[in-house]
Amino acid sequence: MSTVETPTPPTNALLASEQQSSSPADLARGYLRRLASGDIGSLPIIIGMVIIAVIFQRANSNFLTPRNFVNLITQMAGTTMIAYGVVFVLLLGEIDLSIGYVSAVCGVTVAMLLRDPTAGWQWYTAIPVGLLAVAGIGLLQGAIITLVRVPSFIVTLAGLLAWNGVVLHLIGSGGTVIIQDKVVVGLANSYVPPDGLISWILLAICLVLYAVLQFMRFNSRKARGLRPRPLLLIILELIVLAVAGIVVVAVCNQDRGVPVAGIILLVAVVLLTYLARSTPFGRYVYAVGGNAEAARRAGINVARIRIIVFIMSSTLAGFGGIILASRLRSVDTNAGGGNLLLDAIASAVIGGTSLFGGRGFVASAVLGALVISSVDNGLGLLNLSSGDKFIITGIVLLIAVIVDALSRRRQQQAGIA
Amino acid sequence: MSDQPLLQMVGVSKRFGAVQALYKVDFEVKNGEVMALVGDNGAGKSTLIKGIAGIYSFDEGETLFNSKQVHIHSPHASAELGIEVVYQDLALADNLDVVANMFLGREKSGAFWQLDEDGMEKASIETLVSLSVSTLRSVRLPVAALSGGQRQAIAVAKAVMWNSKLVILDEPTAALGVAQTRQVLDLVRRLADKGLAVVLISHNMYDVFEVADRITVLRLGQRVGLYNRKEVDQREIVFAITAGALQTVPGMTDNEHS
Repeated sequence: MSTVETPTPPTNALLASEQQSSSPADLARGYLRRLASGDIGSLPIIIGMVIIAVIFQRANSNFLTPRNFVNLITQMAGTTMIAYGVVFVLLLGEIDLSIGYVSAVCGVTVAMLLRDPTAGWQWYTAIPVGLLAVAGIGLLQGAIITLVRVPSFIVTLAGLLAWNGVVLHLIGSGGTVIIQDKVVVGLANSYVPPDGLISWILLAICLVLYAVLQFMRFNSRKARGLRPRPLLLIILELIVLAVAGIVVVAVCNQDRGVPVAGIILLVAVVLLTYLARSTPFGRYVYAVGGNAEAARRAGINVARIRIIVFIMSSTLAGFGGIILASRLRSVDTNAGGGNLLLDAIASAVIGGTSLFGGRGFVASAVLGALVISSVDNGLGLLNLSSGDKFIITGIVLLIAVIVDALSRRRQQQAGIA
Repeated sequence: MSDQPLLQMVGVSKRFGAVQALYKVDFEVKNGEVMALVGDNGAGKSTLIKGIAGIYSFDEGETLFNSKQVHIHSPHASAELGIEVVYQDLALADNLDVVANMFLGREKSGAFWQLDEDGMEKASIETLVSLSVSTLRSVRLPVAALSGGQRQAIAVAKAVMWNSKLVILDEPTAALGVAQTRQVLDLVRRLADKGLAVVLISHNMYDVFEVADRITVLRLGQRVGLYNRKEVDQREIVFAITAGALQTVPGMTDNEHS
């Protein structure tokens, strides 16, 4: 108990009239207490990113350059989009191993529809058809998992094989399908012009919108007699966001400009975060992951939530597949293979989404993907063998999962105490 | 305390194959009273409760709610009448905060499906304050961070928030320490004082004598006693639980009636 506390009035601690003080010292103390109880948030990733940056920069001075930074954003875009879907599946406590080849099915479908210019397919018809096709895959897998009650691990493992086969069939013996559609290629290969003001204006709009929303919320909570978030915290958060935004835009503008793929990632993360944190659907996803029986007794249609999440995971994977195809300007028989599946799942897990369900944030997948892609990118600059790359990526993933398990145990202890 | 029972069951029976789980049981609870339901394992407490909650339907007998005959065919129908059951496992999602748990499945939302977090938070606080749940620091804590007594309080508050008239508590103090048991028993008493009908299932005679107004004793699927707490002592109740007089002896029914 701190000495500055006023004598407790005979009211309930829940009432806003008994305000908690929010001096900087109290906020800092509260933050440390949260860390100690295992609620570590994004802290390990940020520390990890700093370590990674320092190590690679010492090894190769090309790592921390505007050029490489812009490359990094376009490299991580496809994986990150897939990882967004993984977050939702993990929140349920399930897994989707098919996303790698499902993303390829979508990429290949779009590329093949656009291959023959005389067939009349445009990007705005081909992309929806590709996404619908993979949404159907998600529906199929989700229905089998939920209605037949086969573990998602098995169903999507079968999917991993089957959709790989479908990709090989679709591409056939040709080997490579080139994409020439300007819009599709532009997804991962175009940039906001670095000379003009557009990127700065966009950044300013985002920041102002965020600030306005935060202050409106602050005022409405105050007006309704609820404890608002401390003003100091809101302002600190805004400053951090503004500085981060300014640095990102400034660095990108020294090279080719802010990648369009980065903006797509940002829009997607905002929409998906809204879905996860501010709608009944998102609440149900967390509830099913936390205690499916409680969710069922609360009248939530658990089967429907599960199926929708598998549809989302396939569809977001499909979108990621289009971005990946766009970056390479083609698809080939290797599409969806290699590290893609593991990178996407690792991004979500490193971002702090628990494999045990119920805990995690969509936004943290961006941080996770940043770590994974930085390691990939940095190791690429060092000309290491792919064997070494795999080993190092594996170790990074293992550390992330260990941190998750330890913080979870810590939280359980804090919960019981 | 009104004289007409809120819930009255007359001669209800339930048979599972060869097992007669309930045999012509009468049961009632009034507004503003705590009715304890006691009995040994297998006495039929759970079957009776599940019948009231709409999980089973009875084979025979009548159920009156507010003096009107009702048929409770489903949990939904039971909730519709204003009956809420707090099961022993509480059915709370540990990863969600108190507000999210209290509104789970009945969220308020506005335009663009946006959850009305502030409205739900305010309603949760009001309910908890009205029940004098005062040990909670914040309704934004995840349930995982709460003590057993606090969780029980949240589960009860969740049940009473929906204008429920009858709250059934299944062994609410079974897993709690002394101080937390005290808190929960106080809460049970307050529910009745607010005019709700409360059914308390318990094995703990101390708890029963602490808060109950009346006590129904079941033994082997039959009601062997209905007591006014003030006119009975623990020994009599224990005797009724273990050796109360049965109307019929199981295994010697019907065909022995000549």
